[in-house]
Amino acid sequence: MKIASSIALAMVASALLFAAPLARSQASSDCLACHADAGLQDASGHGVSVDGQKFGTSIHGSLECANCHADKKGYPHPEKKTPVKCETCHADQAAGLAGSVHSNAAEHPCTSCHGNAHEIFPKSDPRSAVYPLNVPKTCGTCHGTEGMAKKHGLASVYPLYVDSIHGYALSKEGLLVAANCQSCHGSHHILSRKDPASPTNKANVPATCGTCHAGITNDYMGGVHGKAVAKGHKDAPVCSDCHTAHSIEQPTADAFRMQSTPICGSCHKDKFSTYRDTFHSQLGSLGGYVETARCWDCHGAHEILPASDPRSPVAPANLVKTCGRCHAGANASFVQYQPHANARNRKLNPALYYVRLFMNLLLAGTLGFFMIHTILWLIRSRYQQIKTKSKNGGKNA
Amino acid sequence: MPDLEQTAKESSEQSHEGGRHFVRFTREQRYLHAVLFTTFLGLAATGLPMRFSDSFWARKFAAGVGGFGAIIFFHKFFAVILTLAFAIHLKDIFTRAFVHREKGIFWGPTSMVANWKDAKDLVGHLRWFVGLGPKPQFERYAYWEKFDYWAVFWGMIVIGFSGYAMWFAPFFAHFLPGWALNAVLVIHSEEGLLAILFIFSIHFVNTHLRPDSFPMDMVVFTGVESEEEFKTKRALEYERLAKQGKLEARAAGKAPLWLVNFSKVAGFTAILIGLILLALTLSAYFGGGAG
Repeated sequence: MKIASSIALAMVASALLFAAPLARSQASSDCLACHADAGLQDASGHGVSVDGQKFGTSIHGSLECANCHADKKGYPHPEKKTPVKCETCHADQAAGLAGSVHSNAAEHPCTSCHGNAHEIFPKSDPRSAVYPLNVPKTCGTCHGTEGMAKKHGLASVYPLYVDSIHGYALSKEGLLVAANCQSCHGSHHILSRKDPASPTNKANVPATCGTCHAGITNDYMGGVHGKAVAKGHKDAPVCSDCHTAHSIEQPTADAFRMQSTPICGSCHKDKFSTYRDTFHSQLGSLGGYVETARCWDCHGAHEILPASDPRSPVAPANLVKTCGRCHAGANASFVQYQPHANARNRKLNPALYYVRLFMNLLLAGTLGFFMIHTILWLIRSRYQQIKTKSKNGGKNA
Repeated sequence: MPDLEQTAKESSEQSHEGGRHFVRFTREQRYLHAVLFTTFLGLAATGLPMRFSDSFWARKFAAGVGGFGAIIFFHKFFAVILTLAFAIHLKDIFTRAFVHREKGIFWGPTSMVANWKDAKDLVGHLRWFVGLGPKPQFERYAYWEKFDYWAVFWGMIVIGFSGYAMWFAPFFAHFLPGWALNAVLVIHSEEGLLAILFIFSIHFVNTHLRPDSFPMDMVVFTGVESEEEFKTKRALEYERLAKQGKLEARAAGKAPLWLVNFSKVAGFTAILIGLILLALTLSAYFGGGAG
């Protein structure tokens, strides 16, 4: 008796367990009887066919058609198209989207990122449009075109990203951990960088990059730029000011080394101008010779410290070591060299000022005198030549 | 000058067609000039892109010769050759003056050292330019030629020293103060610029392009000049030699045609390169605002 009741219980349980799927497939089959036809269109010409096979394996495969298409419970059903409300189930995502730059649901339906509604896969599935390796391409469908960029005043960022170190890691190396669009911008609740709550707002950039680059961000926060940003100085550079946001390059690459000094120089104008007077710059500003010292070779890149800080590579006590990294044999006298000397400033660099003044006077004096001398000579000789009707010299060989 | 007479003897076996010719420069002097202007062009061509590194042509030139490493390599290469030539010249002067006890190296009409007559010639020449007096007559080396020589001599020491101080900065720092390492770049680039501007404008015109020598004075290539040229350009030397009866010892044959043609090609190439570099320098100096 006990055994019989146990068996009965098991049967009821399995009946309950299998009843739903069976019912679902029954219902779906009913819909697919028509909608499996690949060419099926509604009255207004929209395709209304569904690939039952794919739908079945998709994340929504266990759902009834009517779970989403709530107005179509039986057949015949109304021809009229009623929009599917994803937020019925995905309320959190919908709420996020509502306050974001993509809040206009007509322009940015869920399917614009997630793809065909009947073929949505979890983001861990390589078939998903929001699988990490597919994200840039998905976003790029809008953010990689000139038309889109023009319409909304946005940069066409997709091509920049693809060629960047992140894009390379993602598309060429297939690194799932490589930063894709949503690593920095978020997914549903994407905010303009002008919004203080946005992860791409200037004040939040170090923390955003720091989610992956924790060590570098730590260094940066200890340096003058990081401290200034923490104090709320809006002019101080964050990661993206030097590395750019999308076209981030390998910092040790020649291309980045070549463009790095003007980046620092865009704020440090006086230092840039004096640097440009030096041999470091003269050699370095020509392509192909990138070994000469750039700003960060001496100052450091992330944990930049003032010369007054004994830990700084440009602190007086550390100069022999810092200069010695390139100049083997640098000594205490050698490091008295001023990489930012200003020969035009008499107060700061008097010796250099007078050397330059002397050289300029020598140059102007010599050339000035001989210029007059030679011009007068030419005129006189030509006059003499015409007067005496003599030929040119130079036939004396 | 025994050297000149020796050169005359060697070349007097050549034909005497086309009038009498006289030796002005020895073979060593011509070679020295050739090495000097070749390395100078090389140094100017590789130095200017560094001086005006932000100009449009500097980057193109750098890329063209294989990047900046190549430019600095060739600059140093030419510098070493020129230094050697200068050292050989100094040794030559020393030997002639103190070993052979040759007279007229440091004073007298054949010396390169400036004298009172040079000052008078400069004033007289300037007066002649504006029609205030007769044209002065010159000895073996006229005052502007002496200036050219000493300008190069001074330039060799100044540019050479400052250049080596940059090349071997840590070594020079043992006996130079720190600010001097800043100063050597200013000195090197300004003096180099002066040399380039002077040679490619004033020396070219004074020596080659003025009507008396136009289009090119080839004596520094061939070593010989015609009697007429000798008499007009250096009347005092001609008269002195004639009086001393040494004129015949300096007589030589006309330079062979191949040498004349070779000299023309080499000389005009040098002048052309010089003028191009001059144009680029001026465009960068006044256009780029890098002064």
